[in-house]
Amino acid sequence: MLLAVLSGLIISLLIIPFGKLLTTKWSFLLTLLPASLFLYFMSYVPAISAGSSFLQHIHWIPSLGVDFDFRLDGLSLLFALLITGIGTAIFFYARTYLKGYIFFDRFFGYLCLFMSAMLGVVLSDNILLLFVFWELTSISSFFLIGFNNDNADSRKSALTALSVTGLGGFFLLAGLILLGNIAGTYTISELIDARELILNNELYPLILGFLFMGAFTKSAQFPFHFWLPGAMKAPTPVSAYLHSATMVKAGIYLLARFSPILGGTDYWNYTLMAVGGFTMLFASIHSLFRIDLKGILAYSTISALGILTFLIGAGTREAIIAASVFILVHALYKATLFLVAGIIDHETGTRDITALGGLRKVLWPLSIAGILAALSSAGLPLTYGFIGKDLIYEATLHTEYQPLGWILTGIAVLTNIGLVAAGFMAGLKPFTGALPEKFANIHLPYKSMWIPPLVLGILGLVFGLLPGAVGQFINHATADAVLGSPSDMQLKIWHEFNLVFILSIATLLAGIIVYFVNKPSALKLQAIERLNAIAPQRIFTRYAHDIMRFSKWYTNLFHNGYLRSYHLKIILFAELLLAYKLWISGPITLDLEKITTPSFYEIGVIVILIGALYIVVTTPSRLTSVVAMSVIGYCICLIFVFYSAPDLAMTQFTIDTLSTVLFVLVLYKLPSFINHTGKAILYRDGIIALSFGVIISLIALRVWSEPISEEIANFYGENAYILAKGKNVVNVILVDFRGIDTMFETVVLSIAALGVYSLIRLRLKSTEKE
Amino acid sequence: MRSPILQSATKYLLPILLLFSFFLLLRGHYYPGGGFVGGLVASIAFVLHSFANGTEATMKILRRKPLSLIPIGLGVSTVSMTAPMLFGLPPMTGLWFEEPIPVIGMIGSSLFFDLGVYLVVIGVILTILFTISLNNLTEKD
Repeated sequence: MLLAVLSGLIISLLIIPFGKLLTTKWSFLLTLLPASLFLYFMSYVPAISAGSSFLQHIHWIPSLGVDFDFRLDGLSLLFALLITGIGTAIFFYARTYLKGYIFFDRFFGYLCLFMSAMLGVVLSDNILLLFVFWELTSISSFFLIGFNNDNADSRKSALTALSVTGLGGFFLLAGLILLGNIAGTYTISELIDARELILNNELYPLILGFLFMGAFTKSAQFPFHFWLPGAMKAPTPVSAYLHSATMVKAGIYLLARFSPILGGTDYWNYTLMAVGGFTMLFASIHSLFRIDLKGILAYSTISALGILTFLIGAGTREAIIAASVFILVHALYKATLFLVAGIIDHETGTRDITALGGLRKVLWPLSIAGILAALSSAGLPLTYGFIGKDLIYEATLHTEYQPLGWILTGIAVLTNIGLVAAGFMAGLKPFTGALPEKFANIHLPYKSMWIPPLVLGILGLVFGLLPGAVGQFINHATADAVLGSPSDMQLKIWHEFNLVFILSIATLLAGIIVYFVNKPSALKLQAIERLNAIAPQRIFTRYAHDIMRFSKWYTNLFHNGYLRSYHLKIILFAELLLAYKLWISGPITLDLEKITTPSFYEIGVIVILIGALYIVVTTPSRLTSVVAMSVIGYCICLIFVFYSAPDLAMTQFTIDTLSTVLFVLVLYKLPSFINHTGKAILYRDGIIALSFGVIISLIALRVWSEPISEEIANFYGENAYILAKGKNVVNVILVDFRGIDTMFETVVLSIAALGVYSLIRLRLKSTEKE
Repeated sequence: MRSPILQSATKYLLPILLLFSFFLLLRGHYYPGGGFVGGLVASIAFVLHSFANGTEATMKILRRKPLSLIPIGLGVSTVSMTAPMLFGLPPMTGLWFEEPIPVIGMIGSSLFFDLGVYLVVIGVILTILFTISLNNLTEKD
């Protein structure tokens, strides 16, 4: 399983060196990745549906509780199959859709990365590992949504999506850490056993809130739904992938995965039902007013996500099975509709449904796919959507919250009426009616583009005809994983003639009526857009705007580009910190008797030092002051020698020499005389410098008057030769005991060198241009 | 400012200083010295040479960009750090040859780690100094 999850990551790494090969016919090799993963996961279906689950455990960072724990059970399997299965269709489709595009290789790199991250999310059994992959989906989807990076709108949508889902990610991390601390484990399968402990903890509502923030932002629940319609700026294959089977379903997966751990309480059920219920109705009504094909699909996706949240919130056996069926139904028809919309856009150049019509005459295989998907979305009998819809009503009618049952059913019916109409608008409208003249010359695109949506559309019908088989294999296993016990409900094409059936048919009829009565237009769209002014999107954009302004102000204040100003700020900050620390650590007692009389050499060195210092401060020439500075350095070096620190002395000596050389090289660039800007600045710098000196001296005195702990020194002294076979303790510490520190220091040095190198080289280039 | 005295002196000083820097590197584990100081001394040797003969002449002696020493040095350190993991030991465990080698003495993985530091230090300092001084030269033209 580890390999299955990582294969996408590896491929996307390989695309960096071998990407150019992909622009040729070899790109079909890429489609083998999701296809083989799909087959791999299919091979688990018989075993999983028989009730077993598979574990894989690999140590990664055991000291932090982060391990590569993967678990494949019914729920993971359903998602893994969707990710890889729909993924295969998307890979095929995108290969043609983006043919000849300049960043073709890059696109597939992101796509592989994203697929890998999604698989990681649904297969992780460790919540921290899950979080890592969760964030990875946000980041990779950022690149996918903003793929048309020369378009400002596209960049903005990508940033909105990233900030909303990233915000949720923060909350999720907080929730997961709290959860792990209370239960004492980060493994999902062990968390289920700690359920009682978690539910009785006083932090339970907080954990739940954090978790919900993560799930709601990812799954675009109200009030965080607004990033999803914006994300439609992505290339269509991306929208199809992200919004049908993957990205937005990650939040649903999270809720489903945690419902055996956190679910079943009033907090859980009511919050999810309220948020999900509101979202599904809100978005379903909204979708009726859209005229952009992808806009309709975006809002109906939000509505579908609302339904799923709602069902998980209801939490009954019927509801969970309904959810698992609906996930599959929705993925199939939504991916189809998106892919169809993509082809229509590709061929006609418009996605405006008021301008489209009659395309069945020129794009007939596509019209079959579109109509099948629309029917499945409408829940016509014999499609898989019908079974999904049936189960939803079944779930709302038989909810545990009985007085609410009718209201919930009412909401569900209204939502579904909207969805029926929206599905027809997206899948039926472009193909029916008269063909406008300007579209008469449209040709079918390549087979690899229209076959994937057709296959997905037909699958929706096949699953509908054989609900028992599909349910048996996948949906029951999913529900079992969520509920924790085997379920016995059978999925059937035909239920007896009862209330649920009447509701289904009534929904369908009402939806068809709405479809015919509702004539969306640009005018109506404007009217409904005005409603958005009170929506939270306003608050978010306002908030983001303010943050940008603040960061601009802050950056200008602190990063003004003057080296002297950086020095000033760094030293001032250090002074404040050190002075505060000195202040709270109490008075310094000086024991004068411990002071030895300085030797003749020491006095000599100190006199030279003070003399050099005087020259540094008073000389008008930069060169003189640099030379005087190096005299100071050598004096300090001598003091190290007096106090028997040869290693330090040697280093100080060489460093001082080199920094003088450096200074001289840089001086060449500067005016040869120091021009003081004014007395005030001179005094300011003087005071800061003096106080820094005073503080450092005080610290030295403090260290000197404190009793010295010799434990550490003794440890190194005793063990240097025994453990590291070295007699020079300083060197042994550097290369052995604290070798990792040294390693990173050399890395830091290298980065500094690279920085200097590239800064100067880049500048050279820009002058060459001029 | 080409001084013939300095030019002839560096002809001998460069190899001597380099030898000395290597001596510092090797003795580091037992006596004052080590990769860092050794690297500094070696770079001073080259800087001195560049003062006497011009940076371009020094670059010719080096044959390649000092920048290329950085990845080599980092690579040597990393390998010596991770090599113990091949023997199932935690990283940075000191591995030592049983018998001392003539002239050099005991050789262990920490010596290679120090060698990496030595190379990185030379690479970093020469990169910084030579880039700046070459930049000065081109702007003068």
